[in-house]
Amino acid sequence: MKDYLTGNATVESVPVASSKDVVQARQVVRNLAQRGGLSLVHQTKLVTAASELARNMVVYGGGGVVRAAEVNGPQGVGVFVEFRDDGPGIRDVEQALTDGWSSGRGMGLGLSGAQRLVNEFDIQTGPDGTTVTIVKWNR
Amino acid sequence: MAPEENTQLLIETLTSHREEFLAQWGAIVGEALQGRLSVAEMRRELGELYEAILQAIAAGGLDADGEAYGETRSLLIELSRNRARQGFTPTETATSVFALKAVLEPALTGEEHGTRTYLQFAKLLDGLALLTTEAYVRTREEIIASQAEQLLELSTPVVQLWKGVVGVPLVGTLDSARTQVVMEKLLQTLVDTDSTHAIIDITGVPTVDTQVAQHLLKTVVAARMMGAQCTISGIRPQIAQTIVALGIQFGDIQTNASLADALRQAVREVAKDAEDDVRGLL
Ligand SMILES: Nc1ncnc2c1ncn2[C@@H]1O[C@H](COP(=O)(O)OP(=O)(O)OP(=O)(O)O)[C@@H](O)[C@H]1O
Ligand SMILES: [Mg+2]
Repeated sequence: MKDYLTGNATVESVPVASSKDVVQARQVVRNLAQRGGLSLVHQTKLVTAASELARNMVVYGGGGVVRAAEVNGPQGVGVFVEFRDDGPGIRDVEQALTDGWSSGRGMGLGLSGAQRLVNEFDIQTGPDGTTVTIVKWNR
Repeated sequence: MAPEENTQLLIETLTSHREEFLAQWGAIVGEALQGRLSVAEMRRELGELYEAILQAIAAGGLDADGEAYGETRSLLIELSRNRARQGFTPTETATSVFALKAVLEPALTGEEHGTRTYLQFAKLLDGLALLTTEAYVRTREEIIASQAEQLLELSTPVVQLWKGVVGVPLVGTLDSARTQVVMEKLLQTLVDTDSTHAIIDITGVPTVDTQVAQHLLKTVVAARMMGAQCTISGIRPQIAQTIVALGIQFGDIQTNASLADALRQAVREVAKDAEDDVRGLL
């Protein structure tokens, strides 16, 4: 995905280590979405996707950092969010993105559902960690 | 110079100036606490502490972590817990110990032997003051934890909405701890009010993700196991669209846009159940 963070003055960073931090990350993303003028439905979808991805970082990635920013593109204003952890990575991304597949006791809908909730979605993963990036456009 | 000489000097100084030192110590601490604690109470605390420290020095020297300081440590923990509950700051609490340094300083620091003794005594008091801070923080944490628990209880009121119908208006985030409290209260209220219908209203829940959904489903299943019908109400349009996009299926669980709709339906069902019961008797 395009590098949306470098030189962006609106970047907000939230360290995420526990479920309390997930709530905090959600709030930061919601504020950006509101400031960017996203509709209520778009806001809700983006915040829910952020909630899933931030919780995955806590549960499977041993915590990490969420960085979010307002971005501009041909489609207008949007919100970009990056979820970076240095956990063990996802061994089989295709499987992880399958509806209903969970290595734990989840519903197995977080990752695949988050992908459906946003406009752009990217996963980079390896033994050194996982970085998921998403963008939700205001349209 | 042997360490015993230091402790000897300390014991002598502390013993011969007892009344004078206690008065000075009480004056400094009293000023810091500014009348928020009764003078008699404070003087009693300091008096006990003074004796305990004196005895500990006589018995075991100057190691704050040593066995001889057991009594001193429990007095200090007690003092810190009280200060924390009474709303004093950690600094004000530690000052109760540190102030004794200022009291002894002029009496000891005249010549080299005394100065060295004073420094050792100061180190001892640093150790003891650290202990008060630890005990203080631990007490505050306990207070916060118990307040959080009370808040959890308060923020999940389960109410009887109608004869046979109970409702839970959820507000805020629904984590595992909260779900547990909601579930227990809901099941208990179903039993207490002899109800057959439960409505969980999520109008006040800003984000419904897979975790919240899982918790809701768990609660519904538990209510069903008690023989109750369970409805989820307050599903706003944006939440409905998000739930669908996420891929969450509520299966055969009844859902409603508003609490009013859910209540109307539940009341109708309760009435119908009663009718059926009467018919069964005839
Ligand atoms: N950051 C991550 N690091 C390592 N593994 C991950 C990470 N995120 C997801 N996974 C793996 O991908 C699987 C699917 O994730 P997904 O979020 O879809 O489901 P889940 O978290 O198990 O359940 P839920 O539906 O509650 O989110 C997880 O079970 C986990 O094995
Ligand atoms: Mg997940």
